[in-house]
Amino acid sequence: MAQLLDMQAIGKRFGNVTALENGQLALEKGEVHALLGVNGAGKSTMIKILSGVYGQDSGDIRLDGETVSLHSPKQAKEHGIYCVYQEVDTAIVAELTVAENILMDSFAAGGSFLLSKQKINKQAKEALVQLQSEEISVTRKAGTLTLAEKQLVLIARALVHSAKIIIFDEPTAPLSLTESDKLFSVIRKLSSEGVGCVFISHRLPEVFEISDRITVMREGKWVNTFVTAESHSEGVIEAMLGEALSHELEYQPHPAGTGLLEVNGLSDGHKLKDISLSVGAGEIVGIVGLVGAGKTELAKALFGAANSVSGSVRIAGKQTRIKHPGDAIRAGMALIPEERRKEGLFVRETLRANASFPNLRKFSSGLFMNKAAETKFAEEIIGKLKIKTGDTETPLLHLSGGNQQKVAIGKWMSLDSLLYLFDEPTKGVDIGAKVDIFKLIRELAGSGKGCLYFSSEIHEAIGISDRILVMCDGQIVKELSRQEATQERILLYASGGKEELNKAEKLSERERSPISV
Amino acid sequence: MKENAVQFLFKYGAIILLVAIILYFSSISDAFFSYGNFSDILRSISIVTLLALGVTFTLVVDGFDLSVGSTMSLSTVVTASLMVWYDMPLWLVLLLPLLIGVAVGLVNSFLITVIGIPDLLATLSMMYIVAGLHRTYTEGYSIYNNMPLTSGGTAPGQLSEAFLWIGQGQMLGLPVPVWIMVIMVLAAYVILNHTRWGRILYMTGGNAEAATLSGVNVKKVKTSAYIISGVFASMAGVLFTARVGSGQIDAGAPLLMEAVAAVFVGYSVLGAGKPNALGTFFGAAVIGILLNGLTIQNLPYYAFDIVKGAVLVAALAVTYVYAKNKFAKS
Repeated sequence: MAQLLDMQAIGKRFGNVTALENGQLALEKGEVHALLGVNGAGKSTMIKILSGVYGQDSGDIRLDGETVSLHSPKQAKEHGIYCVYQEVDTAIVAELTVAENILMDSFAAGGSFLLSKQKINKQAKEALVQLQSEEISVTRKAGTLTLAEKQLVLIARALVHSAKIIIFDEPTAPLSLTESDKLFSVIRKLSSEGVGCVFISHRLPEVFEISDRITVMREGKWVNTFVTAESHSEGVIEAMLGEALSHELEYQPHPAGTGLLEVNGLSDGHKLKDISLSVGAGEIVGIVGLVGAGKTELAKALFGAANSVSGSVRIAGKQTRIKHPGDAIRAGMALIPEERRKEGLFVRETLRANASFPNLRKFSSGLFMNKAAETKFAEEIIGKLKIKTGDTETPLLHLSGGNQQKVAIGKWMSLDSLLYLFDEPTKGVDIGAKVDIFKLIRELAGSGKGCLYFSSEIHEAIGISDRILVMCDGQIVKELSRQEATQERILLYASGGKEELNKAEKLSERERSPISV
Repeated sequence: MKENAVQFLFKYGAIILLVAIILYFSSISDAFFSYGNFSDILRSISIVTLLALGVTFTLVVDGFDLSVGSTMSLSTVVTASLMVWYDMPLWLVLLLPLLIGVAVGLVNSFLITVIGIPDLLATLSMMYIVAGLHRTYTEGYSIYNNMPLTSGGTAPGQLSEAFLWIGQGQMLGLPVPVWIMVIMVLAAYVILNHTRWGRILYMTGGNAEAATLSGVNVKKVKTSAYIISGVFASMAGVLFTARVGSGQIDAGAPLLMEAVAAVFVGYSVLGAGKPNALGTFFGAAVIGILLNGLTIQNLPYYAFDIVKGAVLVAALAVTYVYAKNKFAKS
């Protein structure tokens, strides 16, 4: 096979944060090459450099042996590099037809002023036939398509422009198993026609199923490139995590009590239907579901940040009415929200002001703020949570994602809450911070706090939870004990049990490792 | 290098500008650098500073109050009418206009927090409504001592000496309005920078969603800021009546943009990067000194808006260029 793409020693900095130090990626004609790494390893930066969104600070990109510079997405497309993003909706215009979406780049680029509908439809149809997806009508409005169909439209868009390289950025995350299988057969077809595919996924079993080679990145650096057929998932995981850290993400047993939080028949008249759950003192309960299952809605409903919530909530045996987050905080709850920059933190404010905020009374005398007390507390959590920061007066936007997340957790420490709600706490944090956050959650549980751990990262939930509740479509569909909880069972229930049982078995075949990353 | 220059300008630019202006005018005019003239300047900015302090509070919670000029106008004519038309006692004359400020603030915050109209648009509408109210109230006339009434005869009351002292008197070598301004600036500074409520105001403005999830009732906080803004505007109106000695209509309208400019100049004082009370005072002073110096230089009054606009755009340019650099990666 001929060398199609060669990215060597790619470096990229944002301000004083190094996103990439030595990124490498080589792609041959017709190869499916998986790019792996934990969050923050530099995958997305690599992809964005390849698709022309960012320019690299150092290093070379060679296409067919020739050095090229990709300074804009347009240039990348001219070189035949197309990207199928995870958020397909950002690339699809819902008001236009399927055909218009497929051929959008060519008429956005100019050409003739008048568009022939027939010609467009014909070209689009050809592309879809090539993808064995002729069942998608080219005259439908793109907004009415399913996620999987939208992905196919994006792939078709790449095809009509005779793409040489297609980047798939976590394409399977929102898909069902059947849809994933269909996507894989499309990818195989593309590669048989000589298109090079870069494939990003958090699901190791898929990676082993579809890829020819695997490149692993860690902390902005290339670690290793494996030939898939000759490697094991254990080796790949170790490459991703580093040896010392990989065991931290595995379950560590600890004692747990009962009766801290009891929720009965909670609904919000919209997404959540009849939710009942309980959390014991010292217990970590995982709430797992796919994207859109209603986890964040549940977290917010429990915390009083949602409208028209009905149902009964008892905290430490006491019936509690929670109408506003203020009520929840007074009742002993703390929420670490999913969108920490948007909902959890004040990024332009100092670490000190962020840390003291949920409990200002504690840091004031009379009406006046006591800055010394605030600073003392801020220093305390910097030390306790190992937050890497300049000092207590550093604005949070200068901190990395993981350190910001630690502040989002640490700011509740002055309240001595009973119950912590963690909504996707490891999203977008680097591996070191992830391990620290896991340790912290275990410590909280160890000191008798209850923790609810909302996550769509199934393996992580298995690694931390004492008990797992699976959510699907706004309901809790299954409770699994620690022993029963396996990745394939959770996935089965999380996808609504719609998948056939043999699919689940097939999945367990795919499952070569107890944990993936 | 470029980044450092921007940072330096942002931190000390306003102060350097002020010193430069003072030096320049002092060098070309003997009348400029004198105790009397500076006391004049301070008195002339006292009213606009009060307005600007109110705007500062609304900007702190990430709002914007465009209705302060109209609120001041309404308060001006109401104050005058209470004395001239209705001959009311002084304490009521001082209290009732402040209640008008509270009322305007409440309506503003109702439109913004309950109905959900964006701050700028809600207060723009209120700007017109309140301006219309104050003209309707006086039927388009200014209010002065011994004015003829439409019902026949002349007005029964007078603007009393005690009341006029508020706007025209002297105390410990400084005009009374200057003392009022200094006290209000310091009060606003202490509230915003050193009290729990001030912290909540700033944090709410920084990220309302995060504030909600930290237990803050954002609607109440915003409402409080708009009430404060209304009260400051009506105080400015009372002061204006006492200063001029009559209830002029449309007194506040021309001061609105000057107040806004003062707040934005204040953003860049000592690199605060956000609305702040001392900066607002400083901004009002820069504009006041500039206008005073230009008056001494015989710049015609109709050209003043060019200067005010230029100061505003310069302040905004420094603030936004700085923000772009500082927050580029976020």
